[in-house]
Amino acid sequence: MKNLYLIAYLDLKESIRAKWFLVYSLVFGGLIALFFIAGVTESQVMGFSGLSRLLLMYIQITIVILPIFILITTVRSISGDRDNHILEYMLSFPISLKHYYWGKIIGRFITVYIPVLFAMVIAIVYGAIKGAAIPWSIFFLYTGLLFSLSSTFLGIAFFISSFVKSSEVALGVAFFIWIFLLAFIDIALISLMLQQRFNEGVILFIALINPMELFRVAAISLFDPELTVMGPVAFYILDLMSQSLFVLVAIGYPLLLGLMFATFGFVIFKKKDLV
Amino acid sequence: MIEVTNLTKKFGSHLSLDSVSCTFKDGDSIALMGANGAGKTTLIRSILGYYHPDGGEVLINGQNPIKERTNVLKDISFVPQLPPPIKLSIEELMHYISVSADVDKERIKHYANEMKLDINENMNKSFFKLSGGMKQKLLIAISLAKKSSIIIYDEPTANLDPKARDDFYRLLQQNEEQKTLLFVTHRLEEVKELVNRQIYMDMGKIVSDEIF
Repeated sequence: MKNLYLIAYLDLKESIRAKWFLVYSLVFGGLIALFFIAGVTESQVMGFSGLSRLLLMYIQITIVILPIFILITTVRSISGDRDNHILEYMLSFPISLKHYYWGKIIGRFITVYIPVLFAMVIAIVYGAIKGAAIPWSIFFLYTGLLFSLSSTFLGIAFFISSFVKSSEVALGVAFFIWIFLLAFIDIALISLMLQQRFNEGVILFIALINPMELFRVAAISLFDPELTVMGPVAFYILDLMSQSLFVLVAIGYPLLLGLMFATFGFVIFKKKDLV
Repeated sequence: MIEVTNLTKKFGSHLSLDSVSCTFKDGDSIALMGANGAGKTTLIRSILGYYHPDGGEVLINGQNPIKERTNVLKDISFVPQLPPPIKLSIEELMHYISVSADVDKERIKHYANEMKLDINENMNKSFFKLSGGMKQKLLIAISLAKKSSIIIYDEPTANLDPKARDDFYRLLQQNEEQKTLLFVTHRLEEVKELVNRQIYMDMGKIVSDEIF
């Protein structure tokens, strides 16, 4: 186990020094700061006010930014090391492939998750100082949703990284996956499937197996448990399961998906030539 | 001891190793030579367990380097032709090696000192920011500090000045007892005093194997 921690620790240290990490942290920290400056916490729109409104806005933005940031910064982690012969040297020491791969994942997960979490903690601390009511349940559930969304894209990124031949291809594949998942509901579901009169249940099922879509709906349900803003679709979801079960699924499923992709990635990493 | 039996490795339709067989015993010091694309690096990487062979096998002290990689690599030191752009600081790189391969950091410093490389001044510097020669000296120091019975050098002196090359060969002569030394080189004259065997490869095959 010491080698697993060693790899995680060194990857974490290396990432924290990298320029992308600085940009990444500034984006999330900056967003929260921008919301404070713009007075979002003092505003009230359609019943959402104070910190709840700030967290809602934060969700809308993280759903777009977080996956692409994780994919771009992580997808090159193994393929990049392979490309520039770092893997050839680092793996000439007696480290098991299991420890190397999972150590990298742990280190990278901490790196991508901490700034996002930290930005939320800043919001909570600021809100407490300003005397605002702190929506703890939303904070903790949203933290869980972010955790599972991060693990999904980290798993996908390591999966891509394990099989692509070069880091440029890895970046291309990552970008395609992001845009596909982000625009999937509009392009595939609404435009094509509804046009072809597909069964609503099938469309909804396909929409909800998309981790970004599931995150979006679950995040909305934290503020609007009846999902009224979503219209009739809400009935399908809430008839199928309760809101609390839905949130649990929204945390558990992406987490499982991330683990599954990461495991597939590991199997490929182990079976393929290392350099 | 390294035993390579009928080792075949293909990359797509290109046959990089064509049923190669050879044995390197303790005390053997081999110059592995051949033109570019002859299969030298593929052979070395197969010995290190990086490639899954299409046929045949490699055994290091009776163990498979893919299945028993941690056991096998405990006993191998490797210096690549070009130092990779590792972003870790020297301190972190030494920590990695010390924890993963149980190498004493003081021994690395000792050999770095013998190679006229003052690493104490550069401990917090990223490895990739060192000059080519400094990187190569550090990798050589690490390889010697590791106390392995098999040492593999892929053109180790490419970035070294003549003085540093002399230091390197002097240190090797002090450390070569009962070790298997494998040099990939294009300049036999440089390692002639160190080697007792010369293998020449071409088109993925061993075309000559001379013992001095």
